[in-house]
Amino acid sequence: MRSRHNLFSPKIDNWLIGFKDGADFIVLFFKETFSRDFEFKEFVNQCYRIGNSSLVLISLTGFVTGFVFTKQSRPSLETFGATSWLPSLVTIAIIRALAPLVTSLICAGKVGSSIGAELGSMKVTEQIDAMEVSAVNPVRFLVVTRVLASTITIPILTFYCGFMAMTGVFLNVSLGEDTSFSAFLEQAFNNIIFLDLWTAIIKAVSYGFTIGIVGCYKGYNASNGTLGVGKAANASVVMSMFLIFIEEVFIVQVTNWFR
Amino acid sequence: MNKVIEIEHLYKSFGDRDILVDASIDIFQGENLVVLGRSGTGKSVLIKIIAGLLTADKGKISVLNQSLINISQKELNALRLKIGFSFQNSALYDSMTVQENLEFPLVRNIKNMSRKEIDKAVNSVLDSVGLLQALKQMPSELSGGQKKRIGIARTLIMNPEIMLYDEPTAGLDPITCIEINQLINDVKENYRTSSIIITHDLTCAKQVGDRVAVLFDGNFKFQGTFEEVFKNQDPRIKSFYEYNFTEN
Repeated sequence: MRSRHNLFSPKIDNWLIGFKDGADFIVLFFKETFSRDFEFKEFVNQCYRIGNSSLVLISLTGFVTGFVFTKQSRPSLETFGATSWLPSLVTIAIIRALAPLVTSLICAGKVGSSIGAELGSMKVTEQIDAMEVSAVNPVRFLVVTRVLASTITIPILTFYCGFMAMTGVFLNVSLGEDTSFSAFLEQAFNNIIFLDLWTAIIKAVSYGFTIGIVGCYKGYNASNGTLGVGKAANASVVMSMFLIFIEEVFIVQVTNWFR
Repeated sequence: MNKVIEIEHLYKSFGDRDILVDASIDIFQGENLVVLGRSGTGKSVLIKIIAGLLTADKGKISVLNQSLINISQKELNALRLKIGFSFQNSALYDSMTVQENLEFPLVRNIKNMSRKEIDKAVNSVLDSVGLLQALKQMPSELSGGQKKRIGIARTLIMNPEIMLYDEPTAGLDPITCIEINQLINDVKENYRTSSIIITHDLTCAKQVGDRVAVLFDGNFKFQGTFEEVFKNQDPRIKSFYEYNFTEN
């Protein structure tokens, strides 16, 4: 018989064990990603599922964010007689922060929960065990494909969200004042530098990876039947969002050193 | 007869709970061994250790002359190709059709198979479980008995030498149970497999078992033919028999 001794308090011990398990899972992901026999067909399937499932929601949210943010910013700028700065101000906010954050939060809810629930359900119904006993590596088939798909698809969705937000900005600006599309574009992108685009790409890639790996980790380690599946889906969303906000702060700090 | 599985003094515990305690048994080539026991006595744990899904805490276990203690992942995967595992709830992949379920282990373990060869193998195993018409169906469209059959077909596609059945008749109606028992016997005959059948269904044990072993408190207490085991006057054996054939 084995008994367990606590190193610190049971809560801290569990947190440390969870942290180590998570780190091991990430190492396993990288190990399997660079091994042979990449499941390309499943990867393409997952890219399609992630993109397709979030497209409508991101279109709407992106457009509304751009439109409303412009509308809310206008009165403040009018006070200082600086409404001509409106397109530039809103574009910087969208590219640097809003598009990556809005897209990733939507995907954390939609994609993260879906991955957590799907893998959790496969775990509790022994489908993952069935893969293992048929000498198929479940990490390679299930985890690598999903994490890579979210890491690649979420940045694409981020740029699409940015495009939809800019459409909302242009609509609001053109409703408020008579401006041509080319003049709007010139004003909007006048103050955008390459670092802003790189920041958006870095953010989107790290958020995409976070959503994929957290969803897979929570789903892959689900237990206790249907209750465990629900918990895995819920924990995927909560932990992804938590990590996304921490990463946001970190990336902003790091990229600001280069400005 | 050759031994295909040798288990000596096996121990397995989860936390403070001992599941297998000094369990020892051999399985011989071409036989169907039925492992009986109440829920929680470690029957499923035993076959999960044999399939390499769990590791034993102590003791010796070898499958097809390959020790499972300190086995490498590569060796374990090679061994798993010779073992078929039929899960209690079939464990069919929900998102795939029956055809994709059956192809799944085949295309990933045998490289360079042509489409024609894959289709031939799929049709052959589906025919052997009598479900050729289910080729394009999703698992959610199948009945419990059909799912069991497809689960067995998915393991047969790799031509295993050993079959492990975890509660093959659990949750099925009596007629379907008899059909599944017949299928287990057909698999033994047509694929020349050695099998371990985990169950607490004595009708199943009687119909498919060449030998019966009863697991109590993590240990094999009784072994022999069905008749030999149930001639025993031990109250645990008697209550097991009465529960199946008298109360039910």
